[in-house]
Amino acid sequence: MNRINQTLNQDKKLLSIYFTAGFPKLGDTVPILEQLQEADVDMIELGLPFSDPLADGPTIQESSTQALRNGMTTDKLFTQLEGIRDRIHVPMIVMGYFNPMMQYGVECFCKRCQEVGIDGLIIPDLPADVYHEQYQSLFQQYGLLNMFLITPQTPEERIRYIDQVSEGFIYMVSSAATTGAQGSFGDTQQHYFQRIADMKLQSKLLVGFGISNAETYKAAVTHSQGAIIGSAFIKHLEANGNQSVQEFVKTIR
Amino acid sequence: MSYHVNEKGYYGDFGGAYIPEMLYPNVEELRQSYLEITAQADFKSEFDQLLRDYVGRPTPLYYAYRLSEKYNTKIYLKREDLCHTGAHKINNTIGQILVAKRLGKNRIIAETGAGQHGVATATVCALMGIQCVVYMGELDIKRQAPNVARMKMLGAEVRAAQSGSKTLKDATNEAIRDWINNPVDTHYIIGSVVGPHPYPDMVARFQAVISEECKVQLLEAEGRDYPDHVVACVGGGSNAAGLYYHYLDDKRVNIIAVEAAGKGIDTGESAATSALGKEGIIHGSKTLLMQTEDGQITEPYSISAGLDYPGVGPMHAHLFRSKRAEFISIPDQEAMDWGLTLSQTEGIIPAIETAHAFAVLDERVFEPNEIVLFNCSGRGDKDLDTYIDYFKL
Repeated sequence: MNRINQTLNQDKKLLSIYFTAGFPKLGDTVPILEQLQEADVDMIELGLPFSDPLADGPTIQESSTQALRNGMTTDKLFTQLEGIRDRIHVPMIVMGYFNPMMQYGVECFCKRCQEVGIDGLIIPDLPADVYHEQYQSLFQQYGLLNMFLITPQTPEERIRYIDQVSEGFIYMVSSAATTGAQGSFGDTQQHYFQRIADMKLQSKLLVGFGISNAETYKAAVTHSQGAIIGSAFIKHLEANGNQSVQEFVKTIR
Repeated sequence: MSYHVNEKGYYGDFGGAYIPEMLYPNVEELRQSYLEITAQADFKSEFDQLLRDYVGRPTPLYYAYRLSEKYNTKIYLKREDLCHTGAHKINNTIGQILVAKRLGKNRIIAETGAGQHGVATATVCALMGIQCVVYMGELDIKRQAPNVARMKMLGAEVRAAQSGSKTLKDATNEAIRDWINNPVDTHYIIGSVVGPHPYPDMVARFQAVISEECKVQLLEAEGRDYPDHVVACVGGGSNAAGLYYHYLDDKRVNIIAVEAAGKGIDTGESAATSALGKEGIIHGSKTLLMQTEDGQITEPYSISAGLDYPGVGPMHAHLFRSKRAEFISIPDQEAMDWGLTLSQTEGIIPAIETAHAFAVLDERVFEPNEIVLFNCSGRGDKDLDTYIDYFKL
């Protein structure tokens, strides 16, 4: 069974952490992975930097720009990850935009993912229907799960469709926003989380966008199986370099 | 084979809607309703009336006597430069604001490079009394001060795009992010035949009024409703899409697309997407775009701010790949020289974008009895500073 599904099947609330590969320094990818594992996070999302990340707010976009300036490329990421499965057992997901994957060659990209031990992908600008028609069998051939997003505006019928096509978890975007939104989760969000929970989807739900501390994490996991933190962790890395990853995770749970 | 969009939103291999799920409800709402709305009688009559009384349509089809004599062929200019606000851009913004109203939207966002689309959007928002936010790259704001002032006078808020390269592509990213953050009340008026389906088709349909009028006007002038060649400049490609639209499937008509070579195709400072681009995804559309080997989108260059988009509309990518259209790229210098030539031969000061198209006359030989139809897409007022600097006027 795919590591992602093994993790999702555990009876616990999950914490998944996102960070941009090659940030703050080109060589930080692996040290950060190792520290995240030591800090006992349940899943790791590795951001493949892109010049034009439409779904991301300024924090993640700037980290991508910095990573690209550091010289990060798709191929370098795979090279950095070679042999990593000797010591990293946490599920690893690559989150990236579709254009760099197309240029690498989608099949070649999937093959390299499998070789280095990537378990799944999140590709915000590859819609579920295009994936389903053109790429699903390829991803499956290389043992990769593909996760999709839903938002408060996603119509129920489409959520059902995404639930059918999904293989790992559904990434529940907390509000109509790009990544890095501030603030707390009020009644609107709780109502939305509850509404989705009540749909009794076959896929597990992880909440992302706008989770930055223990309070928002707790609110997010009330009606879901876990939560994803990205921008807040990037800000922490910005301020502290690749050190003190564990301290950050401890402030969350 | 048709060169129009198919029902799935593709032109051959290109097009589609590669958008984050956050945009799905908005784009889907538009996809489901744009054909129905634009087919309604009250939409058509309001659109036609505004194009006539407000934009100043039909624009003239002008037989360029002196230019025709000089090049020994029959040269016609479709005078989009005479539209209100100075370019064809307003055909599209009028259409989209009427769609937005019918979708119940009360806030408009737009991206702009040189500021022409921004001005055209701010204009129709003022006309309708709707709130307007225009995203513009921080660098472009500095380079295009008069258009920024125009937008402000028209009541629009101009927001600087400070991410990435701080130009048109980043302004487009910021507008898309705004739409993600304001999915319910906001309509995004894209300025060219780019973006996710249905935008390329919707914008092309609004610009199609250009070739629709040409058919009537040519029939009257020449006894036939088609030319032998249609020529237009292509950045994203909206004026070209409008000129080609009713001739796309008419093989009697040769299609010529003119891109900006900038300082030269091999100099690294160019905007000739057909020559330099590879298939990929930009702003929600699969098309040809300029990018690194690693799939990072690169910054194009042209002296003309309206042509320096790193991609090209999916319709044009298809016209290029299928060889339906002939693509030519013209360097800055030739385009600038044509700015002077057209001014002094016909008394028309063109936008620098538009000047690129005319340079085809030096690149191709046309027969004496052939009709060559140019889209004179915009006037040169906005480019006076560039002309002044360049020619030391």
